[in-house]
Amino acid sequence: MRLRSLVAAAAVSALGISLAACGGSDSGDSSGGSGGDTTLTYWASNQGTSLDNDKQVLTPVLEKFTQETGIKVNLEVIGWNDLQTRIQTAITSGQAPDVVNIGNTWAASLQATDAFLPFDGDAMTAIGGKEKFVPTALATGGKEGTDPTSVPLYGLAYGMYYNKAMFAAAGLQPPKTWEEMVAAAKKLTNPAKNQYGMALAAGSYTENVHFAFINAAQNGAAWFDADGKPTFTGDGNVQGVLRYLDLMQKDKVANPSNAQYDNGTKSVNDFATKKVAMIINQNNADSSIAANGMKSSEYGVVAFPAPQGSADQTASHVAGINLSIFKNTKNKDAALKFVKYMTDATTQSTLGKPFASLPVLKDAKPVFTDNAEEAAIFSDIYNTKSKPLPLVPAEDQYESTVGKAMNSMFAKIATGGTVTAEDVKAALKTAEDQVAASS
Amino acid sequence: MSVATHEAPAEPAAKPGNTKRGLERRPGLGRWLPYLLLAPAVLLELLIHIIPMLVGIWMSFVKLTKFYIANWSAAPWAGLGNYKVAVDFDNAIGEGLLKSFGVTVAFSLITVALSWVLGMAAAVALQPPFRGRSFVRTLFLVPYALPAYAGILTWNFMLQRDTGIVNHILVDNLGLSTDRPFWLIGSNALISLITVATWKLWTFAFLTLMAGLQSIPRDLYEAASVDGAGNLRQWRNITLPSLRPVNLVLVLVLFLWTFSDFNTPYVLFGTAQPPAGDLITFHIYNASFLTWNFGTGAAMSVLLLIFLMIVTGIYLLVTGRRSRRA
Repeated sequence: MRLRSLVAAAAVSALGISLAACGGSDSGDSSGGSGGDTTLTYWASNQGTSLDNDKQVLTPVLEKFTQETGIKVNLEVIGWNDLQTRIQTAITSGQAPDVVNIGNTWAASLQATDAFLPFDGDAMTAIGGKEKFVPTALATGGKEGTDPTSVPLYGLAYGMYYNKAMFAAAGLQPPKTWEEMVAAAKKLTNPAKNQYGMALAAGSYTENVHFAFINAAQNGAAWFDADGKPTFTGDGNVQGVLRYLDLMQKDKVANPSNAQYDNGTKSVNDFATKKVAMIINQNNADSSIAANGMKSSEYGVVAFPAPQGSADQTASHVAGINLSIFKNTKNKDAALKFVKYMTDATTQSTLGKPFASLPVLKDAKPVFTDNAEEAAIFSDIYNTKSKPLPLVPAEDQYESTVGKAMNSMFAKIATGGTVTAEDVKAALKTAEDQVAASS
Repeated sequence: MSVATHEAPAEPAAKPGNTKRGLERRPGLGRWLPYLLLAPAVLLELLIHIIPMLVGIWMSFVKLTKFYIANWSAAPWAGLGNYKVAVDFDNAIGEGLLKSFGVTVAFSLITVALSWVLGMAAAVALQPPFRGRSFVRTLFLVPYALPAYAGILTWNFMLQRDTGIVNHILVDNLGLSTDRPFWLIGSNALISLITVATWKLWTFAFLTLMAGLQSIPRDLYEAASVDGAGNLRQWRNITLPSLRPVNLVLVLVLFLWTFSDFNTPYVLFGTAQPPAGDLITFHIYNASFLTWNFGTGAAMSVLLLIFLMIVTGIYLLVTGRRSRRA
């Protein structure tokens, strides 16, 4: 009996201690505010070659911030597969970090949750004014005509990478139209030798949906109307999706195994290890290409080409990472200082190289590559050939429903099935119904 | 925790003299002690199961989309709206749920059947003593002891089309097919899912049945073999009937676990889950977290709960009646 009560007492006190420990972090937060002891929690996304690599790159940058301001930063790097769910959980529970990275395509959706601090006049001034940003990059910060709830941090754009030696050996020129791209890819494909012209991240719904967007844009089609209602089943949308699927289905220039490539890195690695001659990827592919030992002089980049005679030459969406502050932060001033620091010219040029990102600041020079030609092409794509993904609250649902529908269609093609225009339309209709039902 | 609470009331009976004195001295504590010892369990049960369940039921009646997740209390009442969407089978969401339900039923029935057959076979085979028996028994328990994530992730590697060992053996070594089949996308996904789930589950059936077998008196078998009954006959007439109570619980538990399995599809397929492997819990997770529509997701969960309760109820009713007749 006595022993049991002793054990019970020990258990109760242990429980009490752990409860107190849970509460501890909260009181730590509230003690901050304006004093010299402020600690910000910062969730960074995965930009480098690994989560550890991100940590190594960011740590000295954050230490410098602490030296300058006395504000400590508690860093956590979160992989892309988890980031959205983590943010969602943070919004739902109110237990959120102070500053967070978001994929800029989520901006309007996250804005709709009302959990983030709008960068209104004062807040915008505190981080250095909106004039410092590239206007198209800043436009991704939230719904048009509202105060953005996020500001650009790293800029990215799609480009078509090609292997110079393979092109030269086959007597090919870098393609200027979709048709030339397919013809080149066909020439570089030999399934018997397990050699393919292109690699696609055909099992990644986020990659797939970007191509649905770009290909439809080249057809002059949009995914949402002016009221934010989905218009997924238009002819331009269906044909755009089918054109991309046909790279594997009709043109057979991509290995069916690509249907299992559930992130962009896998196709980039195929390119970097010279298994394929072409990939269409965002410029942050550079860090993975270099990590695999391919030099920047060994590949060229052109804009992702539109079909011949296409009126719209969109080659990318305005891709990138934005910074948001959680509205319920107890360290608003410190958070604003931090956002200002992360988006100032010095920090931007420090991080531009290791993260292979394009500058989001107006007068900044791209530093992500030592290849001047590549830098110029990506800057041109980002500044003149990119359109933002739909800036509507249902954007996240568009990504998941259309992207997953494309995953399934690629899987069907890879396993020997056929996907017709009617099938694409039916799949997009299902996606449209799903989006309509929850908005 | 439950062990402590079960033992506590039993103890006074074991040491009557000691407790009586204690009770006389502190009558209040003696009466409240059982409740006091139960309190943590009840409290945690409330916190971990009951309250979240009630919140889930409440969620299924409100329009809890991304516009309201930062402030739940502002979510407008939806009445039966979420349920209507979930069971409207002409609509994309309802149709998806129905398909997923069908996949899950097929998956559960096959997985439970396979697990039971394998578990039974292994338990019976390891019943007679032989050298190294305990080693083999321990070996069989590995899948059950292995962390689910590690085990399933290994399967994920093994089932890759180009680099997986499954295709390496089937195609490269045995030459059973010239084409490398996909295991994680397309229709083969269901086969992979059943294989992995069975691998994970059958050892539990094995463990339970093995324990059940220990309680069957050996002389029953000896008498039967004297009467000339073969192994199969012994199994049918002695083993099966004796294990009936064990089997009743085992099959029910296996079914409930399989039907609401989340880890297996989640880890095996990642974000690229194929329609053929679209189990219902994973489907509900996607409906909630990918589209940020927690109201519909909660409604689907409640429907799942009701379905499982009905199945369990019917199962207990039918089996209970049959045991009374017997």
